[in-house]
Amino acid sequence: MEKNKIIDCKVVIIGGSAGSLQALLQILPFIEPPTSFAMVIVVHRKNSDEQTLEDLIALKAKIKLREVEDKTPLEKGYIYIAPSNYHLLFEKNETLSLDTSEKVNYSRPSIDVSFESAAEIYGSALIGILLSGSNTDGTAGLKAIQKASGMIIVQNPLSADMPFMPKNAMLNTNPDLVLTPQEILEFLKEINKA
Amino acid sequence: MIEDIELEALINDVYEYYGFDFGSYSRASLKRRVSRVYVLDGFKHFHEFLSKVRTDPEYYKRMIDEITVNVTEMFRDPSFYQVLRKEILPLLGTKPFIRIWHAGCSTGEEVYSMAILLKEAGLLHKSILYATDINAAVLETAKSGIFPLRMIKDYADNYRDSGGEEDFSNYYIANYGFAKFNEDLAEKMVFSQHNLVSDTSFNEFDLILCRNVLIYFDNNLQKRVVNLFDDSLAVLGFLALGTKETIKYSISQSKYKQFEKEKIWRKIK
Repeated sequence: MEKNKIIDCKVVIIGGSAGSLQALLQILPFIEPPTSFAMVIVVHRKNSDEQTLEDLIALKAKIKLREVEDKTPLEKGYIYIAPSNYHLLFEKNETLSLDTSEKVNYSRPSIDVSFESAAEIYGSALIGILLSGSNTDGTAGLKAIQKASGMIIVQNPLSADMPFMPKNAMLNTNPDLVLTPQEILEFLKEINKA
Repeated sequence: MIEDIELEALINDVYEYYGFDFGSYSRASLKRRVSRVYVLDGFKHFHEFLSKVRTDPEYYKRMIDEITVNVTEMFRDPSFYQVLRKEILPLLGTKPFIRIWHAGCSTGEEVYSMAILLKEAGLLHKSILYATDINAAVLETAKSGIFPLRMIKDYADNYRDSGGEEDFSNYYIANYGFAKFNEDLAEKMVFSQHNLVSDTSFNEFDLILCRNVLIYFDNNLQKRVVNLFDDSLAVLGFLALGTKETIKYSISQSKYKQFEKEKIWRKIK
C-alpha cells in the first residue's frame, strides 16, 4: 500500500447496494470527523426515499452530514449522501452537481457514475470503497478510480450480505485491499490520523 | 471519457457554427453526455466527431437531442404535487385567469400532470399552460400527449401518492404500448421553443415550474435564468424548482419567501 496515496486523500467515496447499510452502520458511527477528507456515500435506494437514509446516518455518525443540493460545496470533515433519483457528479471547483439522466445499471444514483466522475476530479487523492450488493454497479467505477491512480477497496465478499457486487469487482479489477467492515473501519481510523 | 480540452473545442465550435452556447453548462454532466453520444455513435477519433458536428447540421441536431437530458415523469415527487394541489392551486384559483409556464418541459409529462391537477380543481378552463424547451423534438412528443404505456403504472402510483382520487386510467386511452392522454387536457397548452440561455421573458406568469433544469447550468447561468423568471413572474406568483435546487445563490432572498419546506418560492415584492 502506498503511504502517500493515503496522506493525500481528499475524498473517500463509498458505494453499495443491498446489504450495504449494515456495513455502513458498522463503520460510520465509530469514525471521528475527518480532518483532511470528505466522505461521500452513494447507495441504491428507493425513489420515494426522500430523507430516511440521511436521517439515519445523521443520527448514527459522529461526522456531520451535509445535505446535498445542486452545487453544494464539497468540504472535508463532512458526510455527503447522493440523493434518491439523481446521479451525483463532481465539478472542478469542488462542488457537487446533480443529473437526472437515464438510469445506469438500473440505478439512479449509479455508483459507476459517481465513482467515474470523482476519479476525473480527484485522481490519486481519491479512495473508492465498494460494499455489499447484488448487481454489477461499481465495478466500472472502481476501474476508473484505479486508472486515475486512486486507491480501491472492496468489501470482503465473505463478510457481505450480498456478495455478488464485491465479487464482481474482484473478478474485474485488482483491488488494493479486500476488507471486512471492521477492517474498513480500522483503515479509515488510520488514515484519519495520517 | 473525452478529454476536457476536447469538450472545450466542441463548445467553441458549436457556438461558432450554430450560435448555441454550452459554455455555462455544468461540466461534469455535459462531459458525460458528450462522451455518451460519442461512444454511442461509434466515433474513434475526436476530430472526426468534431468535424461531423461542424459540417452536418442534421448530425448537430441529433447530438443536441442526445446530450440534453430529457428524462421526466408524471407527478415526479408526489409530495410536491400534493402541495400544489392543496396549497398553491387554491391560492391561484382566486384569480380570474391563471398563467403557468413550464420552462424546460421536455416531453411534457409534467405539463399533463399539471393539467390533471387543474382539471380536478375546476380551474383548467381559466388557465393557460405555456410549455417551452430548447429541444424541438421533445416538444413534438409533448404536443402529442402520447407516452409509453410501460411507465403508466408508476405514474398512476405517483398520481395517487400526490392525492389524486380519480381512476387514473380515465385520463388516457391505451393502445399499441402507448397511452394517449385525453385531448381536453391539452386544450389549454401552448408549446414553443425557448432557450433559457439566450432568450428573454415573453409573458407574465402566476406560476413558473422549472424542475431539474437548473442543475445542468453553472452558477452564472443559474443567476441569469432565475432573474429571467423573476422578470416573468407576477408579484405573489410562485416559482417551483426541483427538490434539490435552490435560488439562494441566485437572487436576493428579500424578494422571495420560501413556501414551507418545499422548493417553491413566492415573489413578495
